Amino acid sequence: MSYPSPLEELVRRVNQTREQRLKQNFPRLSAEEKQALLEQFHPDYRTDTFTTIQVGPNAGDRTPRELASLIEGESPLTNAALNLDHFDYETDVLVIGGGGAGCAAAITADDHGARVIIATKLRLGDANTMMAQGGIQAADKENDSPAIHYLDVVGGGHFTNIPELVEALVTDAPEAIQWLENLGVIFDKNPDGSMKTIHGGGTSRRRMHTCRDYTGAEIMRTLRDEVKSRPGITVLEFCPAVELLTTPEGDAAGAILLNLNLNRYLRIKAKTVVIATGGSGRLHYQGFPTSNHYGATGDGLVLAYRAGAKLAFIDTMQYHPTGVAFPQQIVGQLVTEKVRSLGAQLVNRNGNQFIFPLETRDVVASAIIRECRQDRGVRTPAGIDGVWLDTPMIEILKGPGTVKRELPAMVRQFARFGIELDKEPILVYPTLHYQNGGVAIDAMCHTSVRYLLVAGEASGGVHGRNRLMGNSLLDVIVFGRRAGNEGARLALQRNDTFTPTLEHLTRWRQLLKEKKIVPESVSPILLPDYTRKPAGMESGKAGTEV
Amino acid sequence: MNENLIDIYIMGEHHQVPDSLTILQALEYAGYRLTRGVGCRGGFCGACATVYRVNGDYHLKFALACQTKVEPNMQLAMIPFFPAHRPRYRLSELKGTAQEVLDIYPELLRCYGCNTCTKSCPQDIDVLGYVSALLRGELASAADISFDCIMCGLCVSRCPAELVKHHAALLCRRIYGSRLAPRSAHLNQRIAEIRAGKFKAELEQLKNMDRKRLQELYAAREVEPEE
Ligand SMILES: Cc1cc2nc3c(=O)[nH]c(=O)nc-3n(C[C@H](O)[C@H](O)[C@H](O)COP(=O)(O)OP(=O)(O)OC[C@H]3O[C@@H](n4cnc5c(N)ncnc54)[C@H](O)[C@@H]3O)c2cc1C
Ligand code: SF4
Ligand code: SF4
Ligand code: FES
Repeated sequence: MSYPSPLEELVRRVNQTREQRLKQNFPRLSAEEKQALLEQFHPDYRTDTFTTIQVGPNAGDRTPRELASLIEGESPLTNAALNLDHFDYETDVLVIGGGGAGCAAAITADDHGARVIIATKLRLGDANTMMAQGGIQAADKENDSPAIHYLDVVGGGHFTNIPELVEALVTDAPEAIQWLENLGVIFDKNPDGSMKTIHGGGTSRRRMHTCRDYTGAEIMRTLRDEVKSRPGITVLEFCPAVELLTTPEGDAAGAILLNLNLNRYLRIKAKTVVIATGGSGRLHYQGFPTSNHYGATGDGLVLAYRAGAKLAFIDTMQYHPTGVAFPQQIVGQLVTEKVRSLGAQLVNRNGNQFIFPLETRDVVASAIIRECRQDRGVRTPAGIDGVWLDTPMIEILKGPGTVKRELPAMVRQFARFGIELDKEPILVYPTLHYQNGGVAIDAMCHTSVRYLLVAGEASGGVHGRNRLMGNSLLDVIVFGRRAGNEGARLALQRNDTFTPTLEHLTRWRQLLKEKKIVPESVSPILLPDYTRKPAGMESGKAGTEV
Repeated sequence: MNENLIDIYIMGEHHQVPDSLTILQALEYAGYRLTRGVGCRGGFCGACATVYRVNGDYHLKFALACQTKVEPNMQLAMIPFFPAHRPRYRLSELKGTAQEVLDIYPELLRCYGCNTCTKSCPQDIDVLGYVSALLRGELASAADISFDCIMCGLCVSRCPAELVKHHAALLCRRIYGSRLAPRSAHLNQRIAEIRAGKFKAELEQLKNMDRKRLQELYAAREVEPEE
């Protein structure tokens, strides 16, 4: 046993009740019960950690303080410092962000013969897409249909999703899977070629397609390899965008990048710009740990907002119910929902189940927070709360060896710290996982700024107020491809006599002044700061990872 | 929590850090604000490949900085970038044979079978195993063995034959996924149905349905049982 002694005692309790829990089917909650649980325990419903946006297209909307401070932040650029008579690169389509959505957009735009540049913050593929383990949804089985998928998506999103976006998502889904397969993605299949599919939280059909528990990594490394094999796509790594360029009429016209290696700006003139910068878990809303990659700092929202684009659903974040709570070194990292899909139950300190394990994520997260607040949680020696996720149950339900076969990435992750998933339960607590909202888009990825498109986690509306597992990887491919198509189409129509400027900044600063807002930050922040400051030099802003 | 400080050496520089940290957290604790050598922070991207020795022990060790705890007296350095040869090819222009992998990466034939690659892999992959499978032309087996590769490049940095096997394995997996894996009849069928407009009317109806009716339909959904 690898748990310290106070926890070891509690593990025994989980072992003792397993036999009896096997026979127990925890009832699903009614719509009213769910709503009550959310209102009482979900982080989105806390009022003290939210604020109201005062300037720009979303003035009056509520959002977490951490995000508000950035979207109402100051640009690192001054108009005078950059000579915009010359450009370091000129291109048809500039894709900002080299994750799944960005690569899908770039490949698709290249298919149309557009010149493409991908500018990305770290290496190509250092992205949330790489980390997705659980799977990708598509209604391609006989007993399923895009309409059934539609209903699951909007039910999961509490009926707030934008209908056209959901229609696009579910209609393009099977083709997105085939597109990935044609590029070489290896899906888990039966010998006859049919897809091995499983349930995810909130699905009414088993439509989750998987690549072991490396689904996102398999997709990402394949897309990255395809991008690298195309001479028409230029990749600029370690070159995050810090500001968009716009024409005097307010249309998108390119971007300013910061080369992180040389600490030097690059000026890009582009006929269309696709923002695919992903999420913002690294802003650690309400002090939550996060499952996100190092570069997930919400930059795309900041860039788009200052250029005049409207945001949507930025008052709701997804807290994945099962982030690691022990061992301390990997707190916040994701325990994929697939663990619950395979049959693992959630168990409190007393060895009892307290929620149907495949309720939607917001509901499960709220239930875990409730257990911990009401003293039915488990506190680790590092002072972190959690509940048990009974992984050994999978071996009983699905046969010995299932855990090792179906969850190799997780087995490896925990084995590094001496925990054997197939024999011992693990401790979990909600982790900041996904940005439900983002830049408002229509079904062709247009925003309210002309020639500016957005795809993937940086967009808002597809998932409404809550995303289901497996619909984000799908979103990334479906809307990434749509943005690539539309970005290329618009670029090839636009003549290049337009003038990229930073005039939107002048307007932005004017607005801030009128509202008497003194920006609290220079944004986008690009990377979180986890360095420990020597005593007496604390910046007060440095986050901690946990 | 009380911190138990230990001595470590980052590129030769002495630091004291809590023993509970990962190597990545220790670098940050010491004051490094990283742009290179970090990506996912979760063991999936291979950006944080790290080489170390523990003072007094001649063995070289390899690890992912984000997934490995610090040890007393470790001397460490990250390998944030390692030049890795990748010939240009287009998957769509390949026929998908095992021979093609060897044509694109002919140097694979130079493998000595020394197994250093396997010993250096932080994912515990049988690297020599998949290289051997590639050499035997067994693409399915090479794809299977190499599947969990996160492309950190540690096996490349250590290879006396200079082989960039993780790229060769990726090519092999792409060939397997696109050409050799059996295709799904149900997928093809559904795509044909969608193209023929089979679900359009139903979706149109759902799109325009009021919330109450949607809620009813949602609550009445039939849920497919688990296997
Ligand atoms: C641990 C984890 C597990 C998940 N599991 C699943 C799952 O099983 N199924 C599912 O469907 N979804 C899952 N998700 C969600 C899903 O992976 C992501 O929402 C999705 O991949 C986002 O893709 P993206 O292309 O929009 O963003 P990302 O993949 O994050 O890519 C964004 C890219 O933009 C770059 N970038 C950021 N800012 C800038 C800037 N200023 N300039 C230039 N580049 C910038 C980033 O560095 C990154 O490379 C998971 C997410 C996480 C974190
Ligand atoms: S390290 Fe290189 S030479 Fe040695 S077994 Fe591996 S691939 Fe072959
Ligand atoms: S096979 Fe090589 S590149 Fe892949 S994970 Fe192992 S050491 Fe890293
Ligand atoms: S940072 Fe991605 S594997 Fe360590």
